[in-house]
Amino acid sequence: MINVALPKGRLGEKVYKMFALCGYECPSILENNRKLIFENEEKGVRYFWVKPSDVSIYVERGAADIGVCGKDILLEYEPDVYELLDLNIGKCRMAVAGKKDFYDDNTQTLKVATKFVNVAKKYYSGKCRDIDIIKLNGSIEIAPILGLSDVIVDIVETGTTLKENDLEVKEEIFPISARLIANKASFKFKTAEIEKIAEFLAEQVKDND
Amino acid sequence: MINYLKNEEKIILSLRALYSKYGYLPYKMNKFEEYDLYAKNKEFLIGEGVITFTDTHGKLLALKPDVTLSIIKNAAESKGVKNKVYYSENVYRISGKTREYKEIMQTGLECVGDLDLYDTYEVITLAKKSLETVSSDYVLEISHMGILSSLIDSVSTNEEFRQEVLDSIKKKSKHEIKAVSQKYGIEKKKTDLLCEFISIYGEPTSVLSRLDKMDVNEEFKLATNELKELVALLDGSVSIDFSIVNDMNYYNGIVFNGFLSGVSECVLFGGSYDKLLSKMGRRSNGIGFAIYTDLLEGINEAQSKFDVDTLLLYSENTKIEALTKEIERLNNMGKSVSAQKSIPEKLRYKEIVEI
Repeated sequence: MINVALPKGRLGEKVYKMFALCGYECPSILENNRKLIFENEEKGVRYFWVKPSDVSIYVERGAADIGVCGKDILLEYEPDVYELLDLNIGKCRMAVAGKKDFYDDNTQTLKVATKFVNVAKKYYSGKCRDIDIIKLNGSIEIAPILGLSDVIVDIVETGTTLKENDLEVKEEIFPISARLIANKASFKFKTAEIEKIAEFLAEQVKDND
Repeated sequence: MINYLKNEEKIILSLRALYSKYGYLPYKMNKFEEYDLYAKNKEFLIGEGVITFTDTHGKLLALKPDVTLSIIKNAAESKGVKNKVYYSENVYRISGKTREYKEIMQTGLECVGDLDLYDTYEVITLAKKSLETVSSDYVLEISHMGILSSLIDSVSTNEEFRQEVLDSIKKKSKHEIKAVSQKYGIEKKKTDLLCEFISIYGEPTSVLSRLDKMDVNEEFKLATNELKELVALLDGSVSIDFSIVNDMNYYNGIVFNGFLSGVSECVLFGGSYDKLLSKMGRRSNGIGFAIYTDLLEGINEAQSKFDVDTLLLYSENTKIEALTKEIERLNNMGKSVSAQKSIPEKLRYKEIVEI
């Protein structure tokens, strides 16, 4: 039995469809109910929905053998897992954004609001820039507008939210897409099953290109 | 009778018996060691910090974060002689991720001195037997750092590229290797070689035959042959995996990891560390491993339903002689007894006896 952690939300539904197309369907998952775990015994697969940022924790700790999560999560938490495949969906980018008229002249400590503390720290320490990190848990865009921070480090998908709030992307940090990850120990004991799933998914990634 | 030895304690006892059988001597380490020893070799303790404090003379000491360094520091050197020791110690580190202090239980062994192929074989066999002691469902993976380093040397000497590509190899990420190679302008042929390389793992015979087909350089061939010799002795009961990446400044030859079914992380780490020894100005070779025994807590063990067999209730008026006699009687029947004046809230017992 392979345990699969899926990220709750639109991305997770897309990912499930990819798994189903590979022959790992589990129809009960689409029923509208409050169940959290869905199993298809015959196919040897069990799915569960978790908060997207928790997927890597479930996999690293072995509660899930494999899972799908964004590259942003992997770079932020650096879990000790195998990253087997780029699924090429859920594409967006990690970026620095700020008010249109803001210009960083490097003379002051830069105030950075973000959910991704480690990503922001690493990025700015790579540029030797002195920063003051402000950790927020949501509605990051509001921070520069209210003067809480100079810039934000956040995920940008289409840029609509930024535009509507008079903000713009200043720098791109890295591109993001969904990745298939696997627990290292599980991979040793369920090598063939996990390889098979990864291969099937890789085929679909190719077809989608 | 309630089981008074915890599972991991039983395992540690059997491991000690196993290592003694092969002539390994027990090693008891001082709790504190001069910080200098670790400062000089800080990358040896992969990304984890050392807990330090000053002694009464103002000297900086470390709460032992590791046993290997202390053992090799003291190992005698003479031709044909090997120092074989085992240990079972708690070590203390600052976790790389959470920055919290943590205590880790380690049982392991080191073989240091004038080593040959037999010693490598012996240590790996003992690693295998150690895993077998815990469970028959285990995986022991070996790799050769020489194969990895010669391959990467042949691709690029750029230190940043090496770091990033090693990270991708560790994660078995072909797509990351491609991205990194593109970033550093590595030619396609070499990128393909790296991608081919990380898809090689598992059963030794097929792995080795695929390695033979890879044309890299002379060092690659030499390291592959070393791995071959060892695998032939081991009778195919290990698997090969090059995603085991240890620090190349310390580890040079064979490295290995052990996994147990039901434990979600690697429980056994080992390898040969000749480079560490030469950095310390020594001519010896060294190989060893450690098992993180705290990860074995609860493995193969059904949680027991009771804390004691008998709850023996006595009162103010009970004579101590009578109480002692009753406890002895119950003990002789093989029962564990907790003598109490009233029933403790959380104690789980099989029976109550009142006197």
